[in-house]
Amino acid sequence: MELLYAFSVGLLTACGVYLTLRGRTFPVVLGLTLISYAVNLFLFAMGGLLPGRAPILSEVGTEYADPLPQALVLTAIVIGFAMTAFVTMLALKARAEDGHDGVDKEAPR
Amino acid sequence: MLLAILLTLVVGPPLVAWLARFGRLNAAWGAGAVTLAAAYALWPALQGAMAGETQLQRIAWLSAQGLDLHFRLDGLGLLFVLLILGIGLLVILYARYYLTSRDSMGRFYAYLLLFMGAMLGVVLSENLIQLLIFWELTSLASFLLISYWQGRSDARNGARMALAITGAGGLALLGGFLLLGEMAGSYELSVVLASGESIRAHPLYTPMLVLILLGVFTKSAQFPFHFWLPNAMAAPTPVSAYLHSATMVKAGVFLLARLFPALSGTPEWSWLVGGAGLVTLLVGAVVALFQHDLKGLLAYSTISHLGLITLLFGIGTPLAAVAGVFHIINHATFKASLFMAAGIIDHECGSRDMRYINGLWKYMPHTAILAIIASAAMAGVPLLNGFLSKEMFFAEAVGAATQLRLGWLLPAAVTLAGIFAVAYSLRFIHDVFWNGEPIGLDRTPHEPPRWMKVPVELLVILCLAVGIFPSYVVEPLLRVAASGVLQGPMPSFSLALWHGLSPAMWMSVIALVGGISLYIARAPLFEIYARLAERPGMYRRAHHLLERLYLWAGAVTRLSTPERLPHMALWVLLFAMTLALTGALQAGAELQGGRTLLPMDLLGVVTTLVLALAAIATVLLYRQRLVALTLLGAVGLVVSLIFVRFSAPDLALTQLSVEVVSIVLLLLALYFLPQQESRATSPWVVRDLLIALLAGIGMALLTFAVLSREGQSISGFFLEQALPGGGGANVVNVILVDFRGFDTLGEITVLALAALGIYGMLDGIKLQGPEADSDGRRWDPDLYPPVVATLSRLLLPLALLVSMFILMRGHQLPGGGFIAGLITAVALVMQYLANGVAWTQARLPRNHHWLITLGLSLATATGLGSLLFAHPFLTSTFQHLHWPLVGDFELASAMLFDLGVYLVVVGATLLILVNIGLMHRESHTPLTDAEEEV
Repeated sequence: MELLYAFSVGLLTACGVYLTLRGRTFPVVLGLTLISYAVNLFLFAMGGLLPGRAPILSEVGTEYADPLPQALVLTAIVIGFAMTAFVTMLALKARAEDGHDGVDKEAPR
Repeated sequence: MLLAILLTLVVGPPLVAWLARFGRLNAAWGAGAVTLAAAYALWPALQGAMAGETQLQRIAWLSAQGLDLHFRLDGLGLLFVLLILGIGLLVILYARYYLTSRDSMGRFYAYLLLFMGAMLGVVLSENLIQLLIFWELTSLASFLLISYWQGRSDARNGARMALAITGAGGLALLGGFLLLGEMAGSYELSVVLASGESIRAHPLYTPMLVLILLGVFTKSAQFPFHFWLPNAMAAPTPVSAYLHSATMVKAGVFLLARLFPALSGTPEWSWLVGGAGLVTLLVGAVVALFQHDLKGLLAYSTISHLGLITLLFGIGTPLAAVAGVFHIINHATFKASLFMAAGIIDHECGSRDMRYINGLWKYMPHTAILAIIASAAMAGVPLLNGFLSKEMFFAEAVGAATQLRLGWLLPAAVTLAGIFAVAYSLRFIHDVFWNGEPIGLDRTPHEPPRWMKVPVELLVILCLAVGIFPSYVVEPLLRVAASGVLQGPMPSFSLALWHGLSPAMWMSVIALVGGISLYIARAPLFEIYARLAERPGMYRRAHHLLERLYLWAGAVTRLSTPERLPHMALWVLLFAMTLALTGALQAGAELQGGRTLLPMDLLGVVTTLVLALAAIATVLLYRQRLVALTLLGAVGLVVSLIFVRFSAPDLALTQLSVEVVSIVLLLLALYFLPQQESRATSPWVVRDLLIALLAGIGMALLTFAVLSREGQSISGFFLEQALPGGGGANVVNVILVDFRGFDTLGEITVLALAALGIYGMLDGIKLQGPEADSDGRRWDPDLYPPVVATLSRLLLPLALLVSMFILMRGHQLPGGGFIAGLITAVALVMQYLANGVAWTQARLPRNHHWLITLGLSLATATGLGSLLFAHPFLTSTFQHLHWPLVGDFELASAMLFDLGVYLVVVGATLLILVNIGLMHRESHTPLTDAEEEV
């Protein structure tokens, strides 16, 4: 299972990196979103994979998944949304000021 | 001591800048008040220092690392505090009349207070590193003040040069301090001053001394680093009077005095310090005579006097150190008053060129008398303060001469400097106030406003008082300050006007007579100097060097940060990947660790396949943007399923709701962007694919390496303490709102800032949406289909109820402020989407800022509340309650905090989405029915 998980993280990273290197704003935003998925999954994995052991304390439970990476990733997801929104807004602003949707001052070829 | 520095450095500058909004003179009043308040705060400590105590104040910060705020006030500090605050106050008064109505008073006084605070920090520091930080701050403040008239290129160049030279010196000083601290075993001055023996015997003594002296010489404008000071005269004259004669340039000699017990007494010290001092003394004195600019003359004279003080410390006897301290006091008083007088003349004549301003005695006799007395003090005329310290200096030079081969050269050189000092002082008097009539001035000079002269008068009275009654006026202060320098027994000395027919007396006489003769016979000398001055000076050479440095730095910058963003991203990626690869190769560990892996199952394989398909399809179809966006949403959903699978219900809920708002956001944005991209082939596709593949493989290997190893976690603490300490069973939520509540407070602040930033960027943006989609279909006139509208209205109360439920149960079961906030935001955004902005805005509050404010205030107030009960910030408490119908219920104060989180998330999300949505309404022109029929 760990192999599959690692493959997923790697694939998301690869797709994200490729899109981030494009010359227009929209794919870059998509790419950044994909990379943030990968990073969140990676950080989450620091606690190890443990199915069916949610860190909700109960009388019968003895073993729980690591709650700390979960707490960190939770805020990371929300902040990630804020950053996506910010980058998107930058893209719109650039579009309004430069008249094209390239990531640079000059229009993409 | 901390209070005084905080007042001037942190409170003062914004305060006066703000006060200036209500009338420019308020800034001056405010700056004066801040200075007086700082003096008041320091008053008890100053009295203690006057009684001979050394006072320390330590504010613990990172004590384990030896990093504490540590202040020290002894005699030497006392003297400098008096100079900084006393002359500072006079300069504030003077500048109020000096600045014209075109100059921003708020900015000026803010910079001035900034400098004052930094300078106080330098002289009050016990810790060397802390001293250095304040030292650099004085350089920065000086840069801001020199370039105060930003429109003038000489001001900008002068400021840049001053910063480059003093900044480079500061860097050397840092190196010197680090060596010194290592030698002494501590960065505390008390320890350093007490371990002079071992420091001087250390093998690294010479490099350390050279580095520290580089810092001292650049700051105090010693040859060959003196050339920045004349060019800093582009600053407003109050700045020159304050920084570049009385205080900042004295920071260098202050450091010589401060470290005198630790560093002095070796041949290296005598030759380096004494040599630099002597050369500077001579060069400054000679060049000063030939300056035509009033301030230029004063600047070179300052350089020369700083050389004199440095030379005294270089001679190294206790008595010479006393004379050095005495001259610091005297030079500060007469030179500050001379600069102010020069400023008055400049102010009233519109020129500072001594070839044009002549014969001013008739026009401003009062100012003339003040300037004449101050110049006489500068020349070392008896009955004035300059005479006393200069005679002590001559006596020390004669004393030191007996120790040297060809020793008579030292008194001879010193007397020569004295001759030139008399000559340039005489020029300042004669050339300006007599010597014919003013030439070509565009106004008739007259006396300045009454209060502009008051600071000059006070300083001149001080010159006279010290000169005539030294033992009453200055001796107590001098003894305290000198004992602060020596940190040991005081040599015996007497401050008297008449010491008999000593060699020093004769040197004074020769200097006076020789100086007057030199001035009378000056004409041929000026011609020689004019021919010499045509050759490029040190300033010009340094300027060219700096320009070349800038060009070179620009080239490096262009090389490393190409103008195209993809290239920039590529460099970052390549750098990160190289680092990771090097690390992995060096570690040389097995890829797979010892942990037993989970068995692969069908569900896992299917999930991974779906994820892979969706992600790859996103990349393949990214040019068809709407499709790509849909696929991206699918990836997000699978990610949230992965969270479900591996025991993270909170994450799954968050990911799910964030996915919804993200997709709505991107859809809104896509409206203003091209819907499709042309299939132009980029030449970089293969390269980018390769990089992406490498990055992906690297991440996969790293993830696998981590997952296959047993890790150690600190989470045991959280699991054990969640119930007894936090009163919640949902450990993730307890961590968020209780254990790591401070982090969460920071994170919601970031969220709020991002939302406000987006709101700010929306201001004034003009975008045109498309009239039709890519297939040429125009907008449907039925914007808000009744079915969707009705359903969404029906769903709203239900959705809000669910979000409340999620919020309330968050402490015990999956949920909490973040998730509930997102659900509420989604429910409300749905109203906008289904019913239109106009309909919804009529029914919902338009302004979301207050939601964010309320949430942040609530979260902060909850944290502050625990302070009331004498617990640290954000301590949480909880109580078991029995509610009718609901049953047992735990109420934790952290839930209030969570409510704050909830409000911020709702406010920020709505602020972002609704305002981007509002742009639509402005650009959106749907077909009307009439058009449809056509």
